[in-house]
Formats: sequence, C-alpha cells, structure tokens
Amino acid sequence: MSTSATDSAPQPGRTSKAGYRGTKVRRQRVRAAWLFLAPMLVALALVAGWPLLRTFYLSLTDASLSDTAGAAFIGIENYLVFDDGAWYGLLTDPVWWQSVWNTLYFSVVSVSLEVVFGIIVALLLNAEFKGRMLVRAAVLIPWAIPTIVSAKMWAWMLNDQFGIINHLLMTLGLIDAPLAWTADADLSMWAVIMVDVWKTIPFVALLVLAALQMLPKDCYEAAEVDGIHPVKVFFRVTLPLITPALLVAVIFRLLDALRVFDVIYVLTSNSTNTMTMSIYARQQLVEFQDVGYGSAASTMLFLIIALAVVIYLYLGRRQLGVDE
Amino acid sequence: MLKKTLIPAIALASAAASTSQAQADELTISCGAVGAELALCEEGVEDWEAKTGHSVNIVSTPNSSTERLSLYQQILSAQSSDIDVMQIDVVWPGLLANHLLDLREALGEDVAAGHFETIVANNTVDERLVAMPWFTDAGVLYYRKDLLEQHGVEAPETWEEMTAIAKEIQAAERAAGNDKMWGYVFQGRAYEGLTCNALEWVASHGGGTLVDANGEITIDNAQAAEALDLAASWIGDISPAGALNYTEEEARGVFQSGNAVFMRNWPYAWSLAQSEDSDVAGKVGVVKLPHGADGASAAGSGGEAQSAATLGGWNLAVSKYTESPEVAADLVAFLTGEAEQKRRAIEGAYNPTIASLYQDEEVLAAVPFFGTLYDTFTNAVARPSAPTGDNYGRVSNSFFNATHSVLSGDMTGAEAVSQLDSELSRIKRRRW
Repeated sequence: MSTSATDSAPQPGRTSKAGYRGTKVRRQRVRAAWLFLAPMLVALALVAGWPLLRTFYLSLTDASLSDTAGAAFIGIENYLVFDDGAWYGLLTDPVWWQSVWNTLYFSVVSVSLEVVFGIIVALLLNAEFKGRMLVRAAVLIPWAIPTIVSAKMWAWMLNDQFGIINHLLMTLGLIDAPLAWTADADLSMWAVIMVDVWKTIPFVALLVLAALQMLPKDCYEAAEVDGIHPVKVFFRVTLPLITPALLVAVIFRLLDALRVFDVIYVLTSNSTNTMTMSIYARQQLVEFQDVGYGSAASTMLFLIIALAVVIYLYLGRRQLGVDE
Repeated sequence: MLKKTLIPAIALASAAASTSQAQADELTISCGAVGAELALCEEGVEDWEAKTGHSVNIVSTPNSSTERLSLYQQILSAQSSDIDVMQIDVVWPGLLANHLLDLREALGEDVAAGHFETIVANNTVDERLVAMPWFTDAGVLYYRKDLLEQHGVEAPETWEEMTAIAKEIQAAERAAGNDKMWGYVFQGRAYEGLTCNALEWVASHGGGTLVDANGEITIDNAQAAEALDLAASWIGDISPAGALNYTEEEARGVFQSGNAVFMRNWPYAWSLAQSEDSDVAGKVGVVKLPHGADGASAAGSGGEAQSAATLGGWNLAVSKYTESPEVAADLVAFLTGEAEQKRRAIEGAYNPTIASLYQDEEVLAAVPFFGTLYDTFTNAVARPSAPTGDNYGRVSNSFFNATHSVLSGDMTGAEAVSQLDSELSRIKRRRW
C-alpha cells in the first residue's frame, strides 16, 4: 500500500527536474509499478474486499446459516428498526453495547500493560549479561504457544478448586479461600487481561528490543559523562527514540485486542461479563444461525476498529511530528 | 535398492487398499467425550467393525452441548460429508431435521419399536424419524451416603432441606479439617447445562417451564423468581463461586474427589463415581432432585411444587450428505440396539431408551437406582424446544444468561424473570 503511494506521488528530489513528470520513462515506471502491484491488489480484493462487501450486504438481509440462498433484503432493520412502539435491532441491544465496552476496556487496559511490561522486559534483555541469548529465546515462549493452547492451560491453572494459581496464593497466605478466577464477574475480566498480557509481552518486548539495539551509543556516553540520572536518561533519551517502534507495536496489539476472540472464548465462553464484539458476532452467526444480524455485528465491529485505528494514527502522527 | 523395492510395495499396498474399499466402507462418527462416553463408543464401534468389516473413525466433539451444536450446524450447512453419524441432543431434531436421513426409510418401519414412545415422537419430524434414541437422561441428585448417615439425616425432599443439610455438613467437615468441602455442586456455566438446571429449579417450585406447550411465555412468575433467588443464595455459601463456570465434568471433579456433599448431574456420573480410582466409591447415593417447599409459594398461580428433572438424552442420526447412507444407518441400528444399550447401561450407567431393559437384572445390579427412579426418567420435564422451534437456541441462551446473572448477583430473581419475559417476547414477536 505504502509502496504504491510513494511511487505514484511526485518525489521531492525529482520534481525539480523540469519535464520529468511527463516523460516516457516516468510513465513506464508507473505502469511497471501497477503491473507488479496488480497480483497483490487482486489477491487483496479477493480475500479481504469481497468478504467485507459480502458481510456488509448480508447485514442488510435476513439471511440464516441454514439457508443463505433464500435471504430477503430488509434494509437497516438488523441495525435499527422501529416496530410496534419500540426500537429493535443491534444498536438497541444492551448486550451488544456491553460487549463493545468490554472490548474497549480490554484493549486499552491490556495494551497499556503490555507496553509497560514489554519495555521493562526489553530493557532487561538489552543489558549485557551471560546467557542473554538463552533468556531472549525463553522469553519468546508465551508468544510461540498457540493462543488456544495457552488459554486452555491457563484455564486449568486458574481453576478455582484445583488450580495452581489459587494453590500458590493460598500457600503464600495472600488469600484465605480459593478465588473463582474465570467465573467471578469482578475477576474474570482481569483474569483474561492477565493471560493476554502474559502472552503478548514478548511481542512488544521484541519490537522494543530491536529499537533499543539501534540506539546510538554516544548519547548514553554523553549522558554518563554529564552524570545524568539513568531514569532521566530513559525518559529524555531512550523513550523518545524508541517511540516509533512502540507506536508500531501498539497498533499491532490494538488491532489484535479489538478483535480478540480465542483467549476469552476458552477462558470464559459466552459470559456477558467478558463478551467482546467478536464473541457477540460469533454467537449470532453460529449459535443463533442469524447470518444477517451477525453480519450487522461484524460490520459494526469493522467500523469500530477502523475508527479506533484512525484516531490512533491521527494522534500518533501528531506525537511523532510527521505532519509537516 | 530401497527405492526399487519400495515402489512396487507401495503400488501393491494401494491396489489392495482400493480393492478392499470396494467392499468395506469407511465411516466417521462423532460421539461425546463426557465421562466414559468415548471409551464406550469406541468399544461399541469396534464390535460393529468386527461384525461387518467396515471401518469407523471417531471424531471427538466439544463437551459443551452448545458448542457441539454450533459445530454440527457449520458442518451440515456446508453440506459436508465429513461426519456420517452424529450424536445429537434430544432438543436438536427439529433444528437439524432438514440435514438428516429418515431412518425409517433406511432401516424399516418398526426400527424404533420398544424404545420410549416420547423420545421416538420427539425425534420424528414431519413423519420422518431423523434420529434413533441412544440413551435418555434426567437430572438426579447425588449425595454422600456416608456423610448423611454420620449426621443422622435422610436424603432431602425439598431444596430448603438440601440447603440446610449441605450447610450443616459443610461446616462440620470444614471444622474437622477438610477445608475444601462444599455443600452442593451443579452446572452453573452460561451454557445449555444451566438451562437444564434452572428449568429444574423453576419447574420444581411450580414456576412452569419457561414457555408452555402453546408457545406462551410463562417465566415471569413469583415461583420462578423465588427458585432463582434460592439458587443464587447457594453461591459462595454451599456452592463454590467457581460453579458459575462449571459444566458436568467440573462438577463431577469436585464431587468425585470427595469435596462435595451433593451434586446435581446426569446418571452417567454414577459408574464413574463407583469406579476404582474414585475417592467416593461405595459412599454415593442417588435420589430424585428436590422440589420447592410445599408451603405458601406452591399455593400460588404456577402450579404444584414437585420434583422435576430436565429431560436430556442423546440420539444417533445419519447426515443426509453421507456417501454411504445404508452402512451408516446400519451402524446406528447396531449402536442403539438392545445389546449395546444394555452394555452401556451396565458399564457406564447410561439410561437405555428401551423400556424392557429397566427390568433387566444385570442392569439393575450395576445401577440400582434405575429401578427406583424409573418414573423420574420417564416423566422428565422437556425443555421448550418443540414450541420455540428454530428459536430454541436463542430462548435457551436468554434463559441461561438471565439465570447466570442472578447467580452472579447482578440481578434479583424477580428482575431477571421480568427482563427475560420481555426478551423472550422480543424473540417471539420477531421470529417465532
């Protein structure tokens, strides 16, 4: 996507050369660029564009999973309809709004925690010590285990009666009675966030670590000579320099978190305390066979994620000062 | 050299495979894996394989019936022949009928003779027998005989008695050092199993069955609210808070490791609780589920308070998209036949659907409560799947979610049933 933008846009260095814009060479290069991009664009249109459009279309019908062919067009009734003196549809469904809220809450909290812990882990791994390579590899393990597997593993560890977590906490004397991590309404969201943070810290840490390794040594040497406190060095030098990498890490994590499904589905199933937009959409689509209504939920999910990303990119650009 | 000998060997082997395929079919069956189900299913299938020479693959499916249904719906709506024979729940025939084979056509008119009439009727959709009854189920109350005797009490008749006994024994056991002891475990996760539990509480308080046979919504009544409130009072008191995320197997785990006085479960848990590696072998009794108090509440509008057990049970059906319908139907006939049902009753305490087996001495010796609870099994309360048709999934979902929020203390029983009433009316007005 970015390649096509830079290729077709007039490049600052070359536009100054008179007459370049319309030359044959230039046109050939543009044509070649499109030619090379074409397979990817076709593939994207097929695997991303078509399903998206179809989902959008289905959300305007009353399609059912058992009979997708016989769907009738019903306009925006799946979203909102005034019927018999009351409003119906997705936008009036409290469970839907609950799951939107859950999703946003989960995303903000878990991504924030992941960034903080990710930076800490990356700083640790950046330090010189013996066996560093081994530790780096070991840290990656949570990220390497498929989510569905790690979530099931945590489900056993969090079990209220024979889970190791309760056992440890009781042994340490932190709690008197076993906690129902995945069943208790107050705890289940935090249990889910904890498992997600555990799993994705390595991902953030890895990106930050890569950025840390590229940092110029001289800044640090200068700071050391001037006797500046390491904490100040971190906030004034390190953090600004790794911000671009952090922003990339955050957008990846944010996209993942907003459409989170597997970890929550395994740990707490359809419970409305932790239901996210994806789980809501799946329930409508698969459990209730309501492809129309479920597609409406999926479309909303898409719009909300798109909105979140646009807001994030806008804020990120301002922060980075890329605006000029 | 290796190559030279390998290639003809492979050619020979594949030739052999293709000729044998002409006579022997390869089927795929999905059977449950709750308790001893999978092992029993494997043994049954092996017997049939030995008898017929066909081969059968067993796919294991999710333990949660809600999820199992989703899986089947995806496979069937894709018209996939991946699974030939499916184990389907007693509430699904109406939902899946269009995708299933008429077994009367494949196996003859009187194939279901001798099986419980009600189940055969339940599995007959538009005069097509879409599934053969495999085993029936009804909720029962398991209790620790040794503990009740020790405290000199009888098995409870009402939920209030059960609560009191559970509280007393739990306190005594904890005082004696067993601090993991709980009074009562049941299936409290937001899934179909909770619908079964909640229906039992509501019906046994005289609160009706959620939706009556005519499709009228009956849940918004005082008895139903009272029943749900009573259940909510158990959480954290006589039931672990974790029960809010328990299915059958989690509840059995707690009971079977000796950490619960009472358990609501299906009959299958009996043979497992009696097995050698069970901590409670020989100490377990089974009675019918308790009912609401006979006092003021029962005199209300809903009806009489008497013990109610939700009708469960599983059937075997053949997918319409199978490539070998006759062979698959034959497998179903074999597995649901008398000999196989008897074996499953003796080894796994699965309730036969053939009435005569309840008088069989070997069966009664293995599972003594089959005789005494025969009425419970035959008069179990059906979930409202027939009147709600295609929308049963939604109805059940609303019901177990409402119940779940009462259990987790987010709502009172009265709030929940009134909200549920409007939710169900919404589903009904728009779609059923």
